[in-house]
Amino acid sequence: MRPTDLTLKGALDALNAGETTSVALTEAFLEAIARLNPRLNAFVTVTAEKALEAAKASDARRAAGQAGPLEGAPIAIKDLFCTAGVQTTAGSRILGGFVPPYESTVTANLLRDGAVFLGKVNMDEFAMGSSNTTSASGPVENPWSRANNPDTRLVPGGSSGGSAAAVAARLALGATATDTGGSIRQPAAFCGIAGIKPTYGRCSRFGIVAFASSLDQAGPVARTVEDCAILLKSMAGFDPKDATSADVPVPDFAAACGRSVKGLRIGVPKEYRLDGLAPEIGALWEQGLQWLRDQGAETVEISLPHTKYALPTYYIVAPAEASSNLARYDGVRFGLRKTEASSDLRDLYERTRAAGFGQEVRRRIMIGTYVLSAGYYDAYYLKAQKVRALIRRDFEQAWGKVDAIVTPATPTAAFGMDERQDDPVTMYLNDVFTVTANLAGLPGLAVPAGLDPQGLPLGLQVIGKPFDEETCFSVGAALERAANFTALPGIRA
Amino acid sequence: MSYTIEGSTGPWELVIGLEVHAQVISKSKLFSGAATEFGAEPNSQVSFIDAGFPGMLPVINRECVAQAVRTGLGLKAEINLWSRFDRKNYFYADLPQGYQISQYAHPIVGKGEVEIELADGTRKTVGITRLHLEQDAGKSLHDQHPTKSYIDLNRSGVALMEIVSEPDMRSPEEAGAYLSKLRQILRYLGTCDGNMDEGSMRADVNVSVRKPGEGYRTRCEVKNVNSVKFVMQAVEAEARRQIEVWESGGTVEQETRLFDTQRGLTRSMRSKEDAHDYRYFPEPDLPPLVLEKDWVEQIKATLPELPDARRARYVAMGLTPYDAHVLTLEKETAAFFETVAKGRDAKMAANWVTGDFFAALNRLKRDITDPPVTAENLGKLLDLIADNTISGKIAKDVFEIMIETGKAPGEIVEERGLKQVTDTGAIEKAVADVLAKNADKVAEYKAGKDKLFGFFVGQTMKAMQGKGNPALVNEVVKKLLG
Repeated sequence: MRPTDLTLKGALDALNAGETTSVALTEAFLEAIARLNPRLNAFVTVTAEKALEAAKASDARRAAGQAGPLEGAPIAIKDLFCTAGVQTTAGSRILGGFVPPYESTVTANLLRDGAVFLGKVNMDEFAMGSSNTTSASGPVENPWSRANNPDTRLVPGGSSGGSAAAVAARLALGATATDTGGSIRQPAAFCGIAGIKPTYGRCSRFGIVAFASSLDQAGPVARTVEDCAILLKSMAGFDPKDATSADVPVPDFAAACGRSVKGLRIGVPKEYRLDGLAPEIGALWEQGLQWLRDQGAETVEISLPHTKYALPTYYIVAPAEASSNLARYDGVRFGLRKTEASSDLRDLYERTRAAGFGQEVRRRIMIGTYVLSAGYYDAYYLKAQKVRALIRRDFEQAWGKVDAIVTPATPTAAFGMDERQDDPVTMYLNDVFTVTANLAGLPGLAVPAGLDPQGLPLGLQVIGKPFDEETCFSVGAALERAANFTALPGIRA
Repeated sequence: MSYTIEGSTGPWELVIGLEVHAQVISKSKLFSGAATEFGAEPNSQVSFIDAGFPGMLPVINRECVAQAVRTGLGLKAEINLWSRFDRKNYFYADLPQGYQISQYAHPIVGKGEVEIELADGTRKTVGITRLHLEQDAGKSLHDQHPTKSYIDLNRSGVALMEIVSEPDMRSPEEAGAYLSKLRQILRYLGTCDGNMDEGSMRADVNVSVRKPGEGYRTRCEVKNVNSVKFVMQAVEAEARRQIEVWESGGTVEQETRLFDTQRGLTRSMRSKEDAHDYRYFPEPDLPPLVLEKDWVEQIKATLPELPDARRARYVAMGLTPYDAHVLTLEKETAAFFETVAKGRDAKMAANWVTGDFFAALNRLKRDITDPPVTAENLGKLLDLIADNTISGKIAKDVFEIMIETGKAPGEIVEERGLKQVTDTGAIEKAVADVLAKNADKVAEYKAGKDKLFGFFVGQTMKAMQGKGNPALVNEVVKKLLG
């Protein structure tokens, strides 16, 4: 087997068995990146030299009997995570040239466990987008294409489009990603891989460029559910530097992947049967539920009555927080600075921010500023907070009846790069199945489960109780086993 | 008689409320580990959190919370076991995050009170509306370069307590007394050093005027006044301005003003129309601040004695209300006094501290924290008087020598042979000599000129170089004349 075809688990087993080295794996991935990245644009920064050095050091640690749980595994890092000494742009011109002197907690945890970083991967600017077309570094291409129209270049989804495309095309064993409204799960589904947004508070947000603080959560994408479990185990954990991180033990997520779903009650929210849901999505959903029943689970219809308010609520809360979080990009201390000889402070702000932020980011800053303004706060922000509490309550009530909830991950398969770009609201609909988990702080796992008539991957989503990622992994692995998803993207190493 | 300002249309009352920003005494900042020491090199005490770098998150400093609770308890206020931080959004070069983390809707401390005393002895209670925690901004330096502004972020993120009073004050004197008393309480609590000239305490003064019996009229806020004296001046200047506006047929507009200390006038800073829309919303990076009742109780149990209680105790010890007041103004003075008075006559200790000791401080331009004579040595001096080793008069000389030499009083008395003579034989000899030398005066005395008694005593003391025990000398003079 070629090294780039290995799963993370397979690679770790091969390393442990002495069948390969971290240097060999790293070289193979760097070669694949050099060959395919010019087309895919998944990586924005490739740290080849650093990666090879890290791989050598890793092989030495392994030889010395000091191998960590991820020892020697080459992975990719979303460009939203601050990495010490390596440029971190969050996909924005405004952070052009910004090299953080500090490491995010999540990436520090991965380094602690022996991971090797291949580089930084592309994303929608400040994680705002569902198509990875808003990046300052240009769009990412989905390695999959339509059977009947292979020339139409498709989006990988967003905002973690670079992470998902890199993993799907076998340019890395796995990647870090973040999810504020669906930014892990939607690109994972579009690219035919797995991805989990864990419970809010499971991973530290320290050192991750903030989009919407109450919704942002880091998680992994990888080619199998088990690989996600292995990565999440290393990424997660309480961090005293993040006041919203949860001081709870991190279980052995990989062990949960092998657990039977027999006797589990799986919720099927009736409000997710949207009008106009693509028939192949509806069929896949029903198929997924049948697979779980076949393995001994029980499916139960439930009601999450406030679902229809989730998207509007999200598009008030997230921009509100973003408008404030992005105020620090002012050209004064780091990143882009645009000024004229005659500039006063206000002019510096205006020039810098106009030149530094792309259209979608500016749109959300304006929406966020508007909904927090005097006279509008009660009608928008405050009401959205109330609805958010109701959405959370919907789930709390559901947990009395079911152990996990299964839904489609996205309303459609991947779309063309030039499609849906005119109307932001249509674009926002991509998140319709995923935002609720962010608003309620719940874990959500996307699993590749089938193909649409054009041969594009479709995913299912498993939503779990707070801090019960284990059940998500059990159910996700059960779906994965039954789906036996073996299709491959056209562009791959 | 309440304070009014006489206008052309009759008397006007003043309505005053203060918002005091007090810098919390803590080793590190409210949300970061950076140091807070005053006077450090610019930008030498700045963490990535204080500088608003990408991905940085605030984490609350437990000690700052304890200080706020301590202050709340000292102001006899409700402690809110559940409080929350909000973001106050605005752009400025010395505000790196683009927002200030503050407690807008749910402060940590609720209603309390401060008792003030005025010059005529009347006492009055000023209500406290609330106290909340917030982070300070950095400092813009506009005078370092002809065209550029410099930014010092050392202060960025330092913990402040904003203490808001009710509009309960009615005169410049009351406003001054309130600020002084608040400062005194905070200093006793050790929660703010009260150094107004270093900016660790500053006041926003809200002033309005009205005709007696009326409801409130529009108020104006005078920002950043940094001394008790200036607060009093700003209140009066702003009140007079408003009276003039009303009396000339105008309307006072709500606005923010600045006090020009040179000219003694307030001037407009920004009008209501220019007021920022701060877009407050709950700080998503921090969970609500939840305090345990037991923790608050523990803080309450270790609260130091506050000025009012200490003053009452001093009066109970026999001090005059005035001495008790003077000695409790600064906690360092009170501590000095207590060391002097410990195990000794409190009244005598108070007389010495407020008398010779204060006089020496003034004369030498020294501060209580840098006294010319230590409290221990002053106490020992009092012991020497009490056990008749020296007289009160000699003690004053010894005190001066203590200031000059820094030596202990016992040593000085020993070295210079200032020990009081209590040997009756020696005194009798000295008196006898005086009487013998002044036989004419003795005759006059016996003829009825009683006043000469003091002369014989004085001559004896002089002959004994002041070392004779005054009571014994009196006694012997009386006996030998008798």
